[in-house]
Amino acid sequence: MPLFGQIYNFAHWLTQNRDDAEDLVQETYMKALKAFGTFQSGTNFRAWIYRILRNTFLNTRSGKKLAKTVSLDDGENGTVAAATTDSQTPEAILIDRNHQDLLTTALEELPWHFREVLLLCEIEEMSYQEIADTITVPLGTVMSRLSRARAALRANLQQKLRRT
Amino acid sequence: MACEQCRSQLDAYLDGELAGEQMSAVDAHLRTSPACAADALARVQLKRTTKTAGSRFTPSPEFREKIEKKIGARRPRKWGFGWAVAGALAILLLVGSLISYLETRNLRQQHLFSELADLHVATLASANPVDVVSSDRHTVKPWFQGKIPFTFNLPELQNTDFTLLGGRVTYLGQTPGAHLIYQIRKHQISVFLFPEDLVDWRARSSTAKERAFNLETWSQTGLRYVVFGDASPEDLRSLSALLKAAAQS
Repeated sequence: MPLFGQIYNFAHWLTQNRDDAEDLVQETYMKALKAFGTFQSGTNFRAWIYRILRNTFLNTRSGKKLAKTVSLDDGENGTVAAATTDSQTPEAILIDRNHQDLLTTALEELPWHFREVLLLCEIEEMSYQEIADTITVPLGTVMSRLSRARAALRANLQQKLRRT
Repeated sequence: MACEQCRSQLDAYLDGELAGEQMSAVDAHLRTSPACAADALARVQLKRTTKTAGSRFTPSPEFREKIEKKIGARRPRKWGFGWAVAGALAILLLVGSLISYLETRNLRQQHLFSELADLHVATLASANPVDVVSSDRHTVKPWFQGKIPFTFNLPELQNTDFTLLGGRVTYLGQTPGAHLIYQIRKHQISVFLFPEDLVDWRARSSTAKERAFNLETWSQTGLRYVVFGDASPEDLRSLSALLKAAAQS
């Protein structure tokens, strides 16, 4: 099955538990199968199936709850520069594999809409345009959200590193 | 270019999202600004570590089997042809080398090989396939210390056609293992090492060929070795022999 492992990983990050992730993946593949007629040949299959997964999640009770949080703290017109020029020095956020647990926790603590763009960018290595197609937002919002997500992750990590 | 301007573009630069001339400008600035170069390095490390930390959830073989059965059950009734075409396209376009072992008898082992094929293809398609980049076995082996719950020996490759490119930590069934990349001529070969008790392998050792990929697998010193790639079966056997000899030493 195409993308099965990646789809499951993403679903688990969205739902935060195995049972819900399995339900979500199952529903996604069933919907994809049913809606394959609507898939336009030549367009991005990966973005299409991730979009089904995400929309399915957002229609669950926990997804609806999370979705409400986006508009409150996601400045669609926020400046990218402001998000990227945080005051941390590079040395302060220089992390390696020994800090993997800290990073995992920091990822879990990110707001979900920050986490999802980071996962799509870093793990799936999607282009900004693919991410925009997947989460159905303008390209500028992807850039802004990604920058804010990274700044939030760095800030969180910096705090954690100071405590260790 | 000023440092502030460079830093505002660093993420897009590292994501490969800048246009050619902007890319060149950032490139040039990084060569002249140690502070920005250090910032870029920190961001690269964060990207790599995020990738590893974010790839931690793996579907169980039972769940994969369940979904395959469900899809298989629905396919002929309603969407048989469409889904077959979709599958073919998706496999060709996205995971062209994600091998289907649906013809084999042992589904569990088949899923594991499928997972490993996925790891092999995804790793080679990545911009940063290995996390420790070295052809020196005495550099690569110690790098894994503390990252995986076992250790292993790597063979001396002098007077052979093989080159060690490096390694990375990988996961199978949420268990960490070692993923080493070797090269022979233009072919890249994955060598996976996992604890033997991680999974119920059907055969102690076997050789298989699926479409373009060949694989060798065996158990030794409590570890399961899987050598996987598009090199010839003879090449894979040669590399396997070297690994077996090293494991005994």
